[in-house]
Amino acid sequence: MIGRTATATGSTRRLVTFGAGALALVLGGSGCVSFYEIPIETPIQAKLDVSPFQRVHVVGFIAGGSDDVDANLETVRLLRSQLRTRSGLRVIEADVLPLAEIAQEMNAKEAAPADAAPEKPTTDKPTEKPGDKASTASAEAVDPAGHSSKVEGQAAGQGAAAQPAMVRVRDEKSLASYEPIFANVEYWKKLGEEFQQPLIVTGTVLFTPQSKSGMVSQTREQYDQLGRRVVVPTRVYMERKGYILRPKFIFIDGRTGTRIHSETFREERLYPSQQNVPALSSYFELMDDVIPRFLNVLSTQKVRGTRVLLK
Amino acid sequence: MARPRLAAAFVVMGLALAAVPAAADNRGNSKAQVDFGIKAAQRELWKEALYRWKRAVEIDPTYAAAYNDLAIAYEHNGQFDEARVAYEKALELEPNNVLIKQNYDLFREINDRANRNGDR
Repeated sequence: MIGRTATATGSTRRLVTFGAGALALVLGGSGCVSFYEIPIETPIQAKLDVSPFQRVHVVGFIAGGSDDVDANLETVRLLRSQLRTRSGLRVIEADVLPLAEIAQEMNAKEAAPADAAPEKPTTDKPTEKPGDKASTASAEAVDPAGHSSKVEGQAAGQGAAAQPAMVRVRDEKSLASYEPIFANVEYWKKLGEEFQQPLIVTGTVLFTPQSKSGMVSQTREQYDQLGRRVVVPTRVYMERKGYILRPKFIFIDGRTGTRIHSETFREERLYPSQQNVPALSSYFELMDDVIPRFLNVLSTQKVRGTRVLLK
Repeated sequence: MARPRLAAAFVVMGLALAAVPAAADNRGNSKAQVDFGIKAAQRELWKEALYRWKRAVEIDPTYAAAYNDLAIAYEHNGQFDEARVAYEKALELEPNNVLIKQNYDLFREINDRANRNGDR
């Protein structure tokens, strides 16, 4: 229950539900009502008709935020493994694209339109690591929309178009400047042709550290004069830190290169400041909440729960 | 003057007494359908359960429990619009029933998720 603003209404509902359930047990125990708890599986229909596709290609993401997690690589790996086991589509295993660099390169080319035809998508290119670059110099560069972003491995004086740089996206504002790549129909069409026209999954992922301090509601166990255990709600001041995950999944038709659907999520986890939670653990915790909703875009998902039948 | 009033009162009483067994019959028949539906659902025979609960609300349209159970069967089938209507009817009949409220809240959580249509 710690700091999950995205599901605040859900949590409140669950609390009410818990209270109602407890009351029901009391009533049931005293023989006032007849009810039967029953497990149900509610099917939620897929949002996208994926019947024209046999294959899905999670190409890569424009990722940013924390340096502790490579959100592009981790998201691709996680989505591919989930799709492999929980969807009917065949998952294409290919190198993860450094999409931010490609987007930057594209934007730079558009800014200097004198040159030749657009470059072929770099799908067979292995993932570039910062260490692979010739120069490890660090510099503050300006992103395609004019926002300042840190660029590593780019020697001073080199054009962005000539040598794609390691891009550091820090916030949503700078992330937005790379988004025109998702509207580049030609690029995605070419990529689709290369992989036999699959459903392409791409988008943006922002994984940012967060810290908050303030009053937090908690429950505390106490024993009254008769020795009975009672749970007392209390409000305490707490300093908490954690992460916010903001993934935007974009689904592109590999036959036409057009965007067919997109979904944006926001999840937040805060922990007491003395609790040292690794960024990667928090990332997976947050993705745990996102994955069922992501999968629901492509396939019908069953939500397990219980309901109370009444007589 | 008093005689016609008395006669009228007797007529009203008579009608009321006649109506009570009829309503009780309806409730009894409907309850039998609900019971059978519950047994079917417990054996995962949801189609049969749905049929029984539909019959129950036809026989006694004032039976909140029957609407609640019907809503659950619709929910299980993924028929969210029908489930919502049935839950709302159940709550209209018994607005203070915490168990119906609990079911409805859980249903709404899933329904909200199903109705999110993406960014565009």
